[in-house]
Amino acid sequence: MTKRANGEPMKRIYLDHIAGTPLHPDVVDAMLPYLKEKFGNPQSLHSIGQEALEAIEESRDKVARLINAESADILFVSSGSEANNFALKGLAFAHQSRGKHIILSSIEHQSILHSAKYLEKFGFRFSHIPVDEYGLVDPEDVRKAITDETILVSIMLANGEVGTIEPIGEIASVCRDKDILFHTDAVDAVGNISVDVRALGVDALSLAGNQFYGPKGSAALYVKKGRRILPFIDGGIQESGRRAGTEDVPAIVGLGKAAEIALQEMESRMERMKTLRNKLMKQLPQAVEHVFLTGHPERRLPHHASFCVEYVEGEAMLLNLDLKGISASSGSACTSRALKASHVLLAMGIDHALAQGSLVFGIVDEATSEDIDYLLDAFPPIIERLRKMSPLYTQYLEEKKK
Amino acid sequence: MIYTEKVMDHFQNPRNVGTMKDADGVGQVGNPVCGDMMTFYIKIKDNHIDDVKFQTFGCGAAIAVSSMVSEMAIGKTIEEALKITNRSVAEELGGLPKNKMHCSNLGADALHKAIENYQERQKAKQDPPKKSEDKESCYCPYCDGPIEGMENYCEMCKVEFEDCPECNKPMNKKADKCPHCGATKVRV
Repeated sequence: MTKRANGEPMKRIYLDHIAGTPLHPDVVDAMLPYLKEKFGNPQSLHSIGQEALEAIEESRDKVARLINAESADILFVSSGSEANNFALKGLAFAHQSRGKHIILSSIEHQSILHSAKYLEKFGFRFSHIPVDEYGLVDPEDVRKAITDETILVSIMLANGEVGTIEPIGEIASVCRDKDILFHTDAVDAVGNISVDVRALGVDALSLAGNQFYGPKGSAALYVKKGRRILPFIDGGIQESGRRAGTEDVPAIVGLGKAAEIALQEMESRMERMKTLRNKLMKQLPQAVEHVFLTGHPERRLPHHASFCVEYVEGEAMLLNLDLKGISASSGSACTSRALKASHVLLAMGIDHALAQGSLVFGIVDEATSEDIDYLLDAFPPIIERLRKMSPLYTQYLEEKKK
Repeated sequence: MIYTEKVMDHFQNPRNVGTMKDADGVGQVGNPVCGDMMTFYIKIKDNHIDDVKFQTFGCGAAIAVSSMVSEMAIGKTIEEALKITNRSVAEELGGLPKNKMHCSNLGADALHKAIENYQERQKAKQDPPKKSEDKESCYCPYCDGPIEGMENYCEMCKVEFEDCPECNKPMNKKADKCPHCGATKVRV
């Protein structure tokens, strides 16, 4: 347990779901044998290898069930970022003879946006669909952006920084009408809300285990049967030849177990998360002045509460919260050290200065109502102290006097 | 922890925070766009820095650097204080993460700007005031980083500039409000 400077154990409240959830104890138990005696390589013909093969195929079934897919359409990869790279690059290259235009939203994850930059070097062209003040994409805008050259649309299912859930079913139907492939980055959504690839009508979907109590390094890409995709790692015949490399059996087993639990507990987990989240979403702006909710107030992930705190900077808030034992983030973990204001908040039209005060809480399963109370108590003095030393707050107070 | 113990100490217990009503010099650097903004106030007595107050909007490093600079400056002569460099501040703090060195640049710059402001005021008392050359144009108005090569583009914060129609100083092409004069750009 973490200790304070004076030796007392410190309270630890983890509210950084978007950076990764803790492992479910049953997931750890399921994984352990594959880190120990069941160490075989699934491609080996001997029984130790076959045991591992059985385990990963069982996991494939479980992941498929979570999103209502066929098992054969699940490809295991090493991270949500890999799944996104795989989808965008693999689908783009496989279908480039039809055209080289791809449509994205302006709030996609770095792994999509930077894959797009890479593809630009190969002559692909991208359109970025804007979002409204809540971070919502309008399916009509997608329809308008489609040209004869468009081969692929990739829009995320839910945004990790602001929690907004996109109208993916409608966007997928726009794409289907025009016979264009549709991929969705569902990393922040799968395992936390019900996701059904058939009902949504998507061609490809990314998911990651560390967003629903599975291990880091466990993720999958769903590619609907019949949709061509270029292999992402060339080599052996693993993952039906589309993603070579010896399988990370413990991670895959962990992902399968996490998917199984998520499916069983989805409803009750969502209810629990929502109760705590709604309390935080309502009471934090009441506890401190000039705190604004970011993202959509209703159409959002059940565990997700995000804010902009005016006149203070995100990192200073996070360090102070951490000193109180509270783990939160100011945006995607992939950008938290990049020092730049979030492209997501800017795309939503939030002012640069305000975007610097971004704060994201993601509630995890173990959190309690008392934890939220503790946060609501600890937060106001931190902000008061930071504002006292903020020249922007001083400016605001002086302007108010006038 | 990404910061040294000394940085965390200055971050948690910043010295000399505040404003100064009768300051002899005031210096402001940075802009919220890049995440850091500092205002330094100095009081001069017998060519010595008698007191410093500061306010900072920014990350942990920016707050710690401001505090450290204020502590280092108090008691020094003006000449000595002008010799406080970004590197000496970072060293005094036991080092800063690489991507935070930018914050230490701001700290020393803010102090130097306050001293320049004091010196200008002194000069103005002796000579009739005349318009000084605007040297800000070679620094990014958002992050205060030097602008090299392409004149209308800051490598550090990736912002493209155009001249503000009101005050002719560089402003973010995409911004609606000029950081210098506060003029609101009318979009056509």
